[in-house]
Amino acid sequence: MRYAMAMDTRKCVGCSDCVVACQTENNVPLGFCRDWIVEAVKGTYPDTVQMHFKSERCMHCENTPCVRTCPTGASHVIEGGIVKVTHDECIGCGACIESCPYDARYVHPDGYVDKCTFCDHRLEQGLNTACVDVCPTSCLIFGDLDDPKSDVSIILKEKDWYVLAPEAGTNPQLYFLK
Amino acid sequence: MEEIINVSGRAVPHIYPHLEIWGGPIALYLFFGGLAAGLLFFSSFFYLKGKADTMPMTVKVAPIIAPIIIILGLMLLLYDLHHILYFWQLFLHFRIESPMSWGAWTLSVIMIPAILWPLSYLDDIIEYLKENKSNCKMIGLLEWANNLIKKLPVLPTIMDIFIKNRALVAYVTIGLSIVLGVYTGILLSAFNARPLWNTAILGPLFLTSGVSTAAALLMWMSNDHKERTLYSKIDLMLIAIELFFIVHMFMGFLSSGIAQVEAAQLLLGGPYTVVFWVLVVGMGLVLPAILEIMELRGYHIPIAIPAFLILMGGLLFRFIMVYAGQASGFNIL
Amino acid sequence: MKTTRRQFIKIAGASTAGMAIAGSVLGSVQKVSEAVHVKKDMLDSELTRTPTYCEVCFWKCAAWVYKDKEGNIKKLIGNDEDQHARGKLCPRGTGGLGMYEDEDRLKKPLIRRTDANGKQYYEEAEWDVALDYIANKMNGIKKDYGKENMALFVHGAPAKHFEYLFKAFGNENHAEPAYAQCAGPREAGFFATFGSGVGSPEPADMQNSKCIVFIGNHIGENMHNSFVQEVSTAIDNEAKIIVVDPRLSTVASKATHWLAIKPGTDMALLLAWMHVLIYDNIYDKEYIDKYAYGFEELKAHVANYTPEWAAGITTINPELIRKSAHTMAAASPASVIHPGRHTTWYGDDTQRERAMAMINALLGAYGRRGGMYMGVKQKLPKYPVPAFPHPHWSWQDITKPKFKNAAVGLTNVLIEASLPEFDKKHQIKGWFIAGTSVINTIPDRIKMFKAIENQELIVVVDTMPMEMTGYADVVLPESTYLERHDYSRAGKNRVAQVAFRMPAVEAKYDSKPAWWMAKELGHRLGLEKYYPWKNLEEVLDWQFKQVGSSLEEMKKIGVKTFPSTEPIYLLPGEDYEFNTNTGKIELYSTDFAEKGYDAMPKFTRHDSPDPGFYHLVYGRAPMHTFGRTQNNPYLYDLYETNSIWINPRTAKLWGIENNSDIWLKNQDGVISEFSTKARLTERIRPDSIYMVHGFGHTNKKLSRARGRGINDIPLITKIKVDPIMGGTGMRNNFVTFVLEEPSREEIIAAADWKANAAKKKEASENKKKETEKKSEAKKEHTKETHTKEEAKS
Repeated sequence: MRYAMAMDTRKCVGCSDCVVACQTENNVPLGFCRDWIVEAVKGTYPDTVQMHFKSERCMHCENTPCVRTCPTGASHVIEGGIVKVTHDECIGCGACIESCPYDARYVHPDGYVDKCTFCDHRLEQGLNTACVDVCPTSCLIFGDLDDPKSDVSIILKEKDWYVLAPEAGTNPQLYFLK
Repeated sequence: MEEIINVSGRAVPHIYPHLEIWGGPIALYLFFGGLAAGLLFFSSFFYLKGKADTMPMTVKVAPIIAPIIIILGLMLLLYDLHHILYFWQLFLHFRIESPMSWGAWTLSVIMIPAILWPLSYLDDIIEYLKENKSNCKMIGLLEWANNLIKKLPVLPTIMDIFIKNRALVAYVTIGLSIVLGVYTGILLSAFNARPLWNTAILGPLFLTSGVSTAAALLMWMSNDHKERTLYSKIDLMLIAIELFFIVHMFMGFLSSGIAQVEAAQLLLGGPYTVVFWVLVVGMGLVLPAILEIMELRGYHIPIAIPAFLILMGGLLFRFIMVYAGQASGFNIL
Repeated sequence: MKTTRRQFIKIAGASTAGMAIAGSVLGSVQKVSEAVHVKKDMLDSELTRTPTYCEVCFWKCAAWVYKDKEGNIKKLIGNDEDQHARGKLCPRGTGGLGMYEDEDRLKKPLIRRTDANGKQYYEEAEWDVALDYIANKMNGIKKDYGKENMALFVHGAPAKHFEYLFKAFGNENHAEPAYAQCAGPREAGFFATFGSGVGSPEPADMQNSKCIVFIGNHIGENMHNSFVQEVSTAIDNEAKIIVVDPRLSTVASKATHWLAIKPGTDMALLLAWMHVLIYDNIYDKEYIDKYAYGFEELKAHVANYTPEWAAGITTINPELIRKSAHTMAAASPASVIHPGRHTTWYGDDTQRERAMAMINALLGAYGRRGGMYMGVKQKLPKYPVPAFPHPHWSWQDITKPKFKNAAVGLTNVLIEASLPEFDKKHQIKGWFIAGTSVINTIPDRIKMFKAIENQELIVVVDTMPMEMTGYADVVLPESTYLERHDYSRAGKNRVAQVAFRMPAVEAKYDSKPAWWMAKELGHRLGLEKYYPWKNLEEVLDWQFKQVGSSLEEMKKIGVKTFPSTEPIYLLPGEDYEFNTNTGKIELYSTDFAEKGYDAMPKFTRHDSPDPGFYHLVYGRAPMHTFGRTQNNPYLYDLYETNSIWINPRTAKLWGIENNSDIWLKNQDGVISEFSTKARLTERIRPDSIYMVHGFGHTNKKLSRARGRGINDIPLITKIKVDPIMGGTGMRNNFVTFVLEEPSREEIIAAADWKANAAKKKEASENKKKETEKKSEAKKEHTKETHTKEEAKS
């Protein structure tokens, strides 16, 4: 089982619903976020200017540098490839934050390091992640890559996609559709 | 005009807009680590060369600094932890892939020789101080400590075993000190997400820098002219090696991918350029080298100057690497 | 600008201490509410839920409020059955619990008092005292002037409760800013064409469309839930999207054709499109032949409005104008121009909307799948009470003579009627405001302050200490939508639905729901016979039972769907009678012609900025609703301040760097009170700047929102009023940059722009007279010398 998420930049309007839904679902304290929106603009007005939005979060990479550098094993990978942090084993040293090319982790006010968990507590109940469920443009697609019939497998076969910073060698599992 | 901006309030403290998870405490910890490694290396090395009596400062006296700064370093490390009440988890696990884990354990293991070595020479240290610095306030404290140790139950036995096997201990300490010195660099170079750190040269560079700072300190503390000259020469050699490493480090960056080139730009025209080239390379490496060459040629230069410059250069170098490294990244946002 | 009789009072805190803890290490000025911080991870199975519909904006999406075992609200999730929500809530809906948790909320009723030194302050009062005060004052106005001489400004759910109260009192002078400051022109324009207004949600059948056209409509930044979901479906269906916007808005970046139009010239483009559709013979001929009146007149009318003519005015390539018209026509009848929402732009807005409606007709869109559907609704009967008294006069008497097609009360007309110089019979002497911060919604502050001065009673009902509360005589704290009952939502849509709202939690502090306030006031005003019920829950239960449901059922399902009785599309070949004079779609409006307005839209040139000035283009952000959410902790976290978008070429001329602080000054000299950051972006034209509306709050009690961003309303001083329905066109204003911090005196002096303008005019007239005198004297002198010379020779 290999969970992955695809993000359709054609449809995203940058409303940040995914940010606030994640905050209410996962009790992320205000002033912190597990996912965020990036706006990218290029070209000149009016003939060549274009823009798109990306919704980014922890990429739950296959080749996780953050899990490798954790001195206590608090950062670990569970079934489906989801990277999680055990709060009581984390000493808050910050090594995992330094090793993430996507700056996806942050230090929670309670002291441990926190990040997107692909809402694994919802996946257990057969629900979708909070961000996927709330997105009004339905531009976030989630599923099991090992299942050829899942939404994400199908969309990644149909459309062109890219990942962020492939040269970092982490093999991220958040795909952006062109 | 290209824009990559954040749309939804990502004002996460210490992450955005600038990554600042590690700061002064970590830089200081790396500096102390390198310095302690160098001190222990020199003391064991010259002991094995039989110079225990001709170079008392190196072999017997100076190592007392090592445990102090190692403990200081450990305290800084603990202070920097965000989940400090769980620090003991660090010593319940050893993760072979995590340089942080390596560091924690190496530091703990090297504490043993770091403490026992100077303790085993406590008599000599007190004697040396009485001869050369009779008004040193530490003498009273050290004498009290010495008496206390002799009265404790197990310790004198351990000390005896230690002293009998000093040669073996020296070999082990050399190994451990090299690991400690290299580790301070490998800790940073293991993070491939920070292109400025992600170079294999950083480990040997930090080791050389650490040993060089130790040599500078020993040169400063020593009373013996021959010892000083020896360290002068050692320092010159180490400075040359460091400059060689730095040049090759930049060559490596500039011929790698765009993330590495941009990382190098931070020190080649970016915000850290002046501090690095003027303070670290200029005043921390080149100037002391020139002064030491002049000293060797016969000009009298107060020994404090090049020594201080090298120490300052080493400290600033670590500060710059910690901050600039976190400023380098893959520009994802 | 300070008033004298009524000073702006900051609501300073004798109120119960808020539970705010300063959070955030890097010194950002946020308060982490304790309630948020202590919540625990929870599975859905451990939560209970109650139904409601959202009140953060006016889309009214039905939602479920999830609560934990202690009864604290954990999250808000959209109702799956609801057509507005479709299982999702927009970011403001999701962050709606911030409205409930905001510790800056109004907590107790406040009454304006004057102390021994003449300083005015707010005194906390019990509800009885406050309501008695209001009732006494209202009776006083009734006695001295008349019960009709009060005005009610409302918006949102409180509207129904207070309109009911006022009607029972014998007063019909109520108005919502939603008409004259927002959607009024499209109602008038589409009504004149199709005989039916637009309403909310707009009946554009976008999820089935093959081509959608947006005129300035920045969907994605105005985040109306099902609207955005339908456009997303349209994108999936590979529909063509045509966007006409001077800025690369979010939807423009997804468009097939983006027409980067010069601000104020949309009419030229619409007329040119009509020309192409007619003269290239690509309009829906069968549909027009059957359903339309006035085609030949229209054809003659647009004969000269060619794309080449429009290109010179709009700066859009004529080929692109043709191409986009052909794209629209190719998709007909599943092709629609969305009516838009905030359409009060330049003063000829009804005619612009009429042009859009006419193009929809030419495309054969009205009543067709993928075009515009004809919405259906489920009527909820009104609880039986005696008939309301007939007022001696109403808003119609002071509005209709001038604005003949105004369908409802106009806020600006009521404010005009509140001025001391207005005729005594119809002069408004008391204001009752609920759910709208009038001062930040309706432009022309100088007139507003004068009107405020003239009122004997101002009551403001609000949940937050918005700016308007500082001018009230009585401030009443309203509970948020999560803490109260309200009348159900039963609007038009593809399928008739009724959405139920019930309180999820108990009202915080001493706040009360609007229905309770209205009922209590009703009792004090002798209107008991109109309030025979105990509470609103009783009324709702009765209403539901009339339509085959019940309170119990609605509590469980939240939204009830009623089977459709009417089709939402025209049946093929159906003989449909439109609600117009001629019974057909009027391409030539007989109604307008009768009333002396242009029967077909004409092009009028609008103002251009002077050198050094730029078009002030304002809009929305998807995480905020107008000016009401800036203090909401969740939404503040997402977007705390607006910025001024400047094209890099313009910025270079001024030496403005990215993220530097700037102030704005408009064409009448008004300076913005706060500064904000400049954002250099290629998304905006070099001759315009863009900003998001709703920021620049001044009330200190809004701890997060105060002082953040620039408020566009004070900068909107030039207002062009639509002659047909009285809407206030606000996009005629231009701004220049102020790079040095202006002093407080400068800002205050500049705010008095009408007096400044009068002084300037007087000064220039005096100067003119001087120069005239001088030139006269000179002429006389030359004449004299000439005569002298002549005499000499």
